[in-house]
Amino acid sequence: MNDLKVFWRGIFDENPIFRLLLGMCPALAVSIAAGHGFGMGLAATAVLVASNILISLMRRVIPDSIRIPCYIVVIATFVTMVDLVMAAFVPALHEVLGIFIPLIVVNCIILQRAEAFAAKNGVWRSTLDGLGMGVGFTLALVLVSSIREILGSGTLFGIEVLWFWQSFEPMRIMVSPPGAFIVLGLLIGLINFLSMRKA
Amino acid sequence: MEIKKLAVSSSPHLHSQNSVRRAMLWVLAALAPASLFAVYYYGFYVLVLLVAGPVVAVASEALILRLRRKPITAAFDGSAAVTGLLLALNVPAGASWWLVVIGALLAIGIGKQVFGGIGHNPFNPALAARAILVVSWPERMTRWVGPGLVSSATPLAEYRAGNLVPSNFDLFFGFRPGSLGEMSVFLLLVGGITLIYLEIIDWKIPVSFIGTVAFLTWVLPREGQTAFFAGDPIFHVLSGGLILGAFFMATDWTTSPITKRGRVVMGVGAGIITAIIRLYGGLPEGVTFAILIMNACTPLIDRYTLGKSYGSVRGAA
Amino acid sequence: MNQIAVIFFSAILINNFVLIRFLGICPFLGISQKIETAIGMSLAVIFVMTVASLATWIVQTYLLLPYDLVYLRTIVFILVIAVLVQFVEMVIQKSSPTLYQALGVYLPLITTNCAVLGVTILNLNEAYSLIEALVHGFAAAVGFGLAIVVFAGIRERLELAEIPEALQGFPIALIIAGLLSISFFGFQGLL
Repeated sequence: MNDLKVFWRGIFDENPIFRLLLGMCPALAVSIAAGHGFGMGLAATAVLVASNILISLMRRVIPDSIRIPCYIVVIATFVTMVDLVMAAFVPALHEVLGIFIPLIVVNCIILQRAEAFAAKNGVWRSTLDGLGMGVGFTLALVLVSSIREILGSGTLFGIEVLWFWQSFEPMRIMVSPPGAFIVLGLLIGLINFLSMRKA
Repeated sequence: MEIKKLAVSSSPHLHSQNSVRRAMLWVLAALAPASLFAVYYYGFYVLVLLVAGPVVAVASEALILRLRRKPITAAFDGSAAVTGLLLALNVPAGASWWLVVIGALLAIGIGKQVFGGIGHNPFNPALAARAILVVSWPERMTRWVGPGLVSSATPLAEYRAGNLVPSNFDLFFGFRPGSLGEMSVFLLLVGGITLIYLEIIDWKIPVSFIGTVAFLTWVLPREGQTAFFAGDPIFHVLSGGLILGAFFMATDWTTSPITKRGRVVMGVGAGIITAIIRLYGGLPEGVTFAILIMNACTPLIDRYTLGKSYGSVRGAA
Repeated sequence: MNQIAVIFFSAILINNFVLIRFLGICPFLGISQKIETAIGMSLAVIFVMTVASLATWIVQTYLLLPYDLVYLRTIVFILVIAVLVQFVEMVIQKSSPTLYQALGVYLPLITTNCAVLGVTILNLNEAYSLIEALVHGFAAAVGFGLAIVVFAGIRERLELAEIPEALQGFPIALIIAGLLSISFFGFQGLL
């Protein structure tokens, strides 16, 4: 597998949310608005890349029997750093994402990439893998949250986008919890359908 | 006759299209008097809503079946029409036509066809769609109007606010604001009792549901009061969507338990939730959500009320 | 007393961890094909979340707050939970083989259940007292259990349904979860 493929597959073929079905909690919880989804995606990407790099560097040092606790400590450290950085520089976003920033620790994607990729590959490829997965995760979050924001608030990244449709009344269920489940369910179904047609 | 009765009232997998169609035509007939009363009371516009519901439901079901490459005859078995009509009966008289259209699309699409169509939906499609509409456009779904489409509050909302409510006579015969289908208790009862007589629905769910609501609203003090046994059960039974829900929606074959004990459990459970939401909740009315929650519990209720025969039923299904 | 009751019912019905707060989605979707496994998972989660609420409360009150280390909460709590789960697993294995058989397979999965870490962080953010934290942990887990068992019942029944191919598995599970979440909306404003 060449380096480019390592990067690209996280975005399409092995997209964390749509194909690997990992990291559902943030995908559902913070996808109320595109901006939130984007912020969450970047935060998770930062942790993912950093933890992939460090774990790849330490892969010969970490004893096999306690590798999972070690990964968790590494991930938790980076999450704490991201948490503090966000609280300092983007307090508003930090406020809305709330508990889901510390919960990046238990985001299955990050642990899964550590276990499945970074522990077995070199630093360069682990970086690419983390970047690809992170970008894929971010794009998926932005897609889900854009749909929810447009239908549920009539805006996109906070900007009025349905100016041509004055009588549009936001479908408020889209910005409430049930809407998250249903939009994500239908979207994964659509992607399954498209990939089945292609096959 | 015993076998036929079983096929009609219990199995989620219906064996004969004709029995479905016959039963669904009867349900439509049983809903007709109450629907016509709404047209008489509110005027012609309501007829547009009541026709739009079933038409959109049947058309969207046919379209989806076509896309799924299934025989589209299933769209005309009457079940989609019943879903569409029930949905239309669950909106206020002054509702915009597009609420009914979106609701019917949601009911058939997300409520029914994603699960594989008739007999598989875990939730009553009309209620699931109504719940989506209520959460999405709360003020449109609670903008009640009186005759001539003049706006007013429902008796349940007035009751909550501590205002004067219509007399029990007016409530019983339907001279009060409300969703289209919850107006005339009298006409709904005529339809519901006809369906019970024809063995299309089972009396256990409506009786236990309404009985529980009556009992709890009599015994429990409403929010802000402390006196027990001082409630107004007759008012609670006659107002809101209780009669419509208990007879026509909680009894849906697919989404209610198949065991006798299970049906009582469903009725009592829905009654408890309705009473709690009405007395203490943020919404004036809880019938929709109560039935949806009991729909969700139906597989568990069946499982724990069937006892040992469960394995054989699952095998047969 | 009243405050305790509010925390209890609110965590189960109004702010249900899975359906409204989106915590513990992975096990909710992953371990809900069968009612039995769902019940086993919920019992394990109820146990761990209650004990984790207790353990993290102690850590937070006697370690993090006095020494001004709250910013380390994520690392400390996840470690406490991991150790706790490991410890509980060993204790159950030695003391009650039957219970171990019932819960054993689920225990390792719980470390990465975000509901557990979530409840401990929420306890900290809300500044709950010991009793409140315990009740919140227990009730949140009961709410998780309630949702997953009801959900498993529906999924079991749908096993034979002709669900469109593209929607089978996760997509339909998410749609069911959405409808279940709407049903719980009736409880909004209850307390």
